[in-house]
Order: sequence, then structure tokens, then C-alpha cells
Amino acid sequence: MSMKATTRQVDSITVVDLSGRITLGEGCSQLRDLIRDLLAKGHNKLLLNLAEVTYIDSSGIGELVSGFTAVSNHGGQLKLLNLTKKVHDLLQITKLLTVFDVHDDEAKAIASFDKGTAA
Amino acid sequence: MKADTSVVEVVYESDLKNVEAAEEIVHRVCTSLGFDEEEQHKIGMAVHESMINAIWHGNKNDPGKRVWLQFRIFDDRLEIRIRDQGAGFDMSRIPHPLEPENLLRVSGRGIFLIRSFMDDFQVNRIPAGGTEVTMTKRRQPHTDLTQGGLHREHEGHNTSG
Repeated sequence: MSMKATTRQVDSITVVDLSGRITLGEGCSQLRDLIRDLLAKGHNKLLLNLAEVTYIDSSGIGELVSGFTAVSNHGGQLKLLNLTKKVHDLLQITKLLTVFDVHDDEAKAIASFDKGTAA
Repeated sequence: MKADTSVVEVVYESDLKNVEAAEEIVHRVCTSLGFDEEEQHKIGMAVHESMINAIWHGNKNDPGKRVWLQFRIFDDRLEIRIRDQGAGFDMSRIPHPLEPENLLRVSGRGIFLIRSFMDDFQVNRIPAGGTEVTMTKRRQPHTDLTQGGLHREHEGHNTSG
């Protein structure tokens, strides 16, 4: 099962609902292209909802890090929502929970973004 | 694939789509050996990362090169060997992903995850060419290997992708 992504706008925040596998190859390249396109369109407040992500490997983790850096370099914020236990454990042992702002409540996640003009 | 009570071996072409095929074999073997769901996930991820290393980094996605995946089943452990036909890699040159200056690196976490998920991990250069990694997971002894079909005979190599 490859990765699927849908986006929706909540106030100035772009919520990206991801599902499937984020692994080396198609899944990673899809995520990379999606974040690049969103940034190109001026969306720099991204909330990635990982609730339906069934599998993520080291390359997928790297893609999340790459997205985090790209969004930060555009003056924005990338946050994570609804980690499964497996993804949570992976981010914990790789110490990336110290890097990402992680939420399990969408409304609170939305409210946590800096208020600014960029969308 | 051929199998007996102690060895299962599969040979793959260097194609990333075979990584998922390998994961399916891991699932079947681990289920047969009584590993719980969490341990199966860890072993599966270790094989996933090693298969990618072999196909992508080792064999450079060259369809003419092969990857061997072998399970050796002992009473007290499962030993998994993955061999490629690549040029190998220097473990000492892989930055530690937990060092603060490396946390935001895009790559370099695969070997770390394998080490985290398995009880032992060794890398050996093969004199004739290629690299072989050996990963070991301890298991409860005396699991009944007849459960799950590991006694069944299989034939051929899965090289068609």
C-alpha cells in the first residue's frame, strides 16, 4: 500500500492527512513533492496527521526531518498530529521527539501555531 | 525458496518492490516461531532496512545483481543473513544519528534502527565480492516449528520480482 495524502485548510493552518506507507521510493518522494508544492504556494504552517500511517522507515523519518527543515527555512512551522505507537516509538528512539512538536488533539495543535500572516 | 526445519532462503532481484515481499516472508517466519506482534515489527523493520541497504546502497538498484535473504532457526535464536553484491560500506563513517549535530540529518538512521531492534548485528565483507549482514534475535527455546508450515518444502528462487 503506497502513501496517500489529502490536504485541508483550517484557518491559516494546512492539515495534511497522510495514510499508508512512508518508505524509500514512492512514499518519500510523494511527501517531499507535497511539502515543496505547499511551500511554493505560500503555505508554511503545516500539520501532518499521521493517524493512518501504517508504516514508516528510516527514509520516511528522514523525509519528515527534511520537511521540518524546509518549512523552518521558509519561516514556517511543521508539526505532527496523532502518531501511532510505532511511529511514536521510532521518533522516541531517534530522539526526534525533542525536535518535532507532537500533538494528539487537532484543535489544540491548530491553536499552538504562531499567529502570523502567512498561510 | 527452499526450507527445512532450520533454514529458509530466498533470492531476490535488486528491486525495491521486493522489500515488501521480504517483509511478508519475515512475518510468516516470525509468526511460526511465536514472536509477538511487537517483536515481529522490530524484526520486520530490521530486515526492511537491511534489504534497502542491500538493494539501494549495495547493489545500486542493478537488476543484474542479487540479494540473498536467509533465516537460520535455532532453539534459542533467529539468525537472519542478508547478502548483496555491492562494494560494501564503512560502518565507522556513518555519523551517529543521536548526536545533536546529526539530529536533523536526512539519512543515517537505518543501521541505528537495526541495532536498536535486534540483539546482535554484524557486517562482513565477502572476499569474492559483496557484503553480508547477520542479525540475531533471541527467542524462547523449544517453540514447535511444525506450527505455521516451516516444514513445508518450497522450490525455486523468487527472482522474478
